[in-house]
Amino acid sequence: MTTANNYGSRQRPTQGIERYAWVFMRLSGLALLILALGHLFIMHVFNSVHNIDYNFVAARYERLFWRVYDMAMLWLALIHGMNGLRTIVDDYTRGAVRVWTVRSLYIGGIFLLAVGSWVIICFKPVAAAGGMH
Amino acid sequence: MDVKFKILRFDPDKDKKPHWESYQVEMEPTDRVLDGLELIKGRVDGTLGLRRSCAHGVCGSDAMLINGKNLLACKVLVKSLPQPITIEPMRGFNVLRDLIVDMEPFFAKYRAVKPYLIEKDERPEHKERLQSPADREKFEDTTKCILCGACTTSCPSFWANPDYVGPAAIVQAHRFIFDSRDQGKEERVEVLDGRDGVWRCRTVFNCVEACPKGINVTKAIGEVKQALSKGELDPPK
Repeated sequence: MTTANNYGSRQRPTQGIERYAWVFMRLSGLALLILALGHLFIMHVFNSVHNIDYNFVAARYERLFWRVYDMAMLWLALIHGMNGLRTIVDDYTRGAVRVWTVRSLYIGGIFLLAVGSWVIICFKPVAAAGGMH
Repeated sequence: MDVKFKILRFDPDKDKKPHWESYQVEMEPTDRVLDGLELIKGRVDGTLGLRRSCAHGVCGSDAMLINGKNLLACKVLVKSLPQPITIEPMRGFNVLRDLIVDMEPFFAKYRAVKPYLIEKDERPEHKERLQSPADREKFEDTTKCILCGACTTSCPSFWANPDYVGPAAIVQAHRFIFDSRDQGKEERVEVLDGRDGVWRCRTVFNCVEACPKGINVTKAIGEVKQALSKGELDPPK
């Protein structure tokens, strides 16, 4: 009868990564509650698709505040969501499927973070794009 | 009254997979489900396999799925249940026969959290280790565990991943971690803080509903999570 090591954590110590991930999920969840609700009200209640256009975004990104706001939301939401997916993958898949799914989550997450951050940092209003008058 | 039972039967020597069988027995409304199972085993079909010991909700042997809920067969009256009363073995363990499941992985996890008082200082000679009522109160709830397995086998995280240490083992760890006399906290951290430790708990609360002793299991797990995240259980540097 199998006995001893039927409790996985013995085999793979994690140096507290799961602990930090758990704390991060709570803190980022709280921050996102404020950030995402703020985003929702600004974009869909006080404004709408009828007046949100390139000019609107360009005018917003004149101010550092909104870039920081969007950057915080991008990083927190993306890592929060990816970590949530990782825990589901950890729960329901095994072996090579788990390893490769988690790897592709990391790659996809890093790629999206890079692209998103690049846009937020490097965005410059361009008149030719039908923007700033 | 006539009581109808529908029991999920499985004999590994004969059956490829479990199948339902129906029984009807004459019982008093105030009889318990366990009495019905004993009646069936004694008078109708002696091959029915089940565990029972004290039959009074203390030993934790007869936890099973009754009408879809993890309950102790010795604590439920037949009159309180709609008929037919369906009986299945607990989920998430291998079935050895009928309602008897292989509890060894469960007890392996129980042993892994070192469920005993670990003393490092010299014991005071001819004296007990003193504890204030307030300190005792911190782990009062988790002393009630009878290791029936109802919580662990109701936990979706455990169903999904049998390596998850599970609510019962965490309850046992809680009972000693928060005991002011215990000095072995860091020895339990390896299991609790790992990949398959407390962080697999998704606060589904099934364990709280399932516990026949009314332990607030999810709260206990939450307290362990908090203590871990505050570094209170780490080895002293």
